[in-house]
Amino acid sequence: MTSRALKGGLFKGVLFFSLLVGFLTLVVLLVDVFKDGLPFLDRKLLTSPPSGDPDIAGARPAILATIYIGALLLAFVVPIGVATAIYLEEYANKTRWYNKLLEINIQNLAAVPSIVYGILGLAFLVRGIGLGRVLLAGAMILTLLVLPTVIIAAREAIRAVPDSIRQGGYALGATQWQVVSRQVLPAAIPGIATGSILALSRGIGETAPLILIGAVTYISFDPTILGPFTALPIQIYSFLRLPQAEFKLLAAASIIVLLAILLTLNAFAIVIRNRYRRSW
Amino acid sequence: MATPELTAGAEPRLRAERRRIGEDVVKGVLALCALVSVATTVGIVIALFVPAIEFFREISVVDFLAGTNWSPLFEPASFGVLPLIVGTLLVTAIASLVAMPLGLGAAVYMSEYASPRARGIIKPAFELLAGIPTIVFGYFALTFVTPLLRDLGIPVDIFNTLSAGLVMGVMLLPTVASLSEDAMGAVPQDLRDGAYALGSTKVQVATRIVVPAAVSGIVASFVLAISRAVGETMIVLVAMGQQPNLSLDPRQAAEAMTAFIAATGAGDVPTGSIEYKTIFAVGATLFLMTLVMNVFAIRLVRKYREAYE
Repeated sequence: MTSRALKGGLFKGVLFFSLLVGFLTLVVLLVDVFKDGLPFLDRKLLTSPPSGDPDIAGARPAILATIYIGALLLAFVVPIGVATAIYLEEYANKTRWYNKLLEINIQNLAAVPSIVYGILGLAFLVRGIGLGRVLLAGAMILTLLVLPTVIIAAREAIRAVPDSIRQGGYALGATQWQVVSRQVLPAAIPGIATGSILALSRGIGETAPLILIGAVTYISFDPTILGPFTALPIQIYSFLRLPQAEFKLLAAASIIVLLAILLTLNAFAIVIRNRYRRSW
Repeated sequence: MATPELTAGAEPRLRAERRRIGEDVVKGVLALCALVSVATTVGIVIALFVPAIEFFREISVVDFLAGTNWSPLFEPASFGVLPLIVGTLLVTAIASLVAMPLGLGAAVYMSEYASPRARGIIKPAFELLAGIPTIVFGYFALTFVTPLLRDLGIPVDIFNTLSAGLVMGVMLLPTVASLSEDAMGAVPQDLRDGAYALGSTKVQVATRIVVPAAVSGIVASFVLAISRAVGETMIVLVAMGQQPNLSLDPRQAAEAMTAFIAATGAGDVPTGSIEYKTIFAVGATLFLMTLVMNVFAIRLVRKYREAYE
């Protein structure tokens, strides 16, 4: 082997190793979580409230709250996000300074640390308007957190609809809103749905903002929208903070539940993406 | 397009005969929804800086930024934020040492070596890694990596910066890899072909053509990764500890800025108290640090897009 070929092989090997580190960590992480958590993954975890006794403790209120938060989040973020995307793609005059500012603003918001959204929620929702440490406040803050993701995904989906579709609509005498609502939006739905589901799975996996909203509390009853709450990632954090080793295993079992929810959502998003993908 | 000015004074009408109020209402509603994200930014700035300014009326900025003792919740209270900043920067540095070389290596592999089929496996796996909630990484750092480091003979505390940093580095790997790969994908094939025509090897093309040509995108991915490391909360809260520490020894427990915010904000600190205001002073510092990096990264990305697309 020439030294050139040897060098080439070595280089490729080093690159492949970099890739492998990510993969191996992912595998080790999943194996570690399942090894610890599987024995504790039973009906009790899903149906019992948390308790100081690890033998009877479950995560039912947290799981329910995460489902409620997910539903509220989708109900809030999809209309606002899609409307913003339509405005930016179909209506806004992109040479105007305020529309440029809007775009830069959305890009920046996407990179603001999640804990800062928690501070916003604490200052305005929980203390400012006196909503208190309730589930609705948590859902609202997570909505703002994932809003840029939904806007960006929806804009891409709308942009992918070819202009000939719009021109065809106008040629038949349709107004702008008729073209947008009956031609552009239906064509963009698969992309919007995929982006929204991915945003949802990011939102319900978030922990830090909810800590500031006040979700780290002992809740033994089923949550309500205007009541105090805890969510699944927060429950994992609470379990991790307890001294007894059994609670670490309960945390692992709760992580399996959380990952199962997120993987289901992601799989769903991928199915939609592949089934309804359209080439123009 | 030809300008429709055929006869003076009689421009052909391209708009509707009458104004459609419904259309205007729709546009107004859409613009209103777009304003939500502007309101969010304004809200963040007000929420952070109004209490932060009140905080700085009581504590001087110099004492805050240059003080080496952070103990706001004890008597006598001391508000030197340096230990928190050092904690954040140390964990960020460790995470960067993991994420940058490995992320760049993975990106070069994906962009220059992987077959389309291999890419079809690698990309979803990275998306999966990127989708793991940060609390899960925190769990992994605390219950797996820290004991592993001890088994390897590294005397780390139960809570330590090293394992938090290592795990955070893996968490940031997909960010660096996918953004860098994007930038390398935007490098025109002609540049590679030209180098091959001059007799370059694949290694030379990758290291002397593709990486330099994609450098602004690669730097952007590094900066965004640093920004995310600085703003990351759960890993440092769970695995790094809550003891402000000025030491640069990664085997010790320390406290990051985000961990302080989360730990203090979770408690029942009374509104308007100086303890309550520390959340915002530290939050404003964090926000400014990440904002500068984000703006810089966004500019860099725009630059490489303009150069090649």
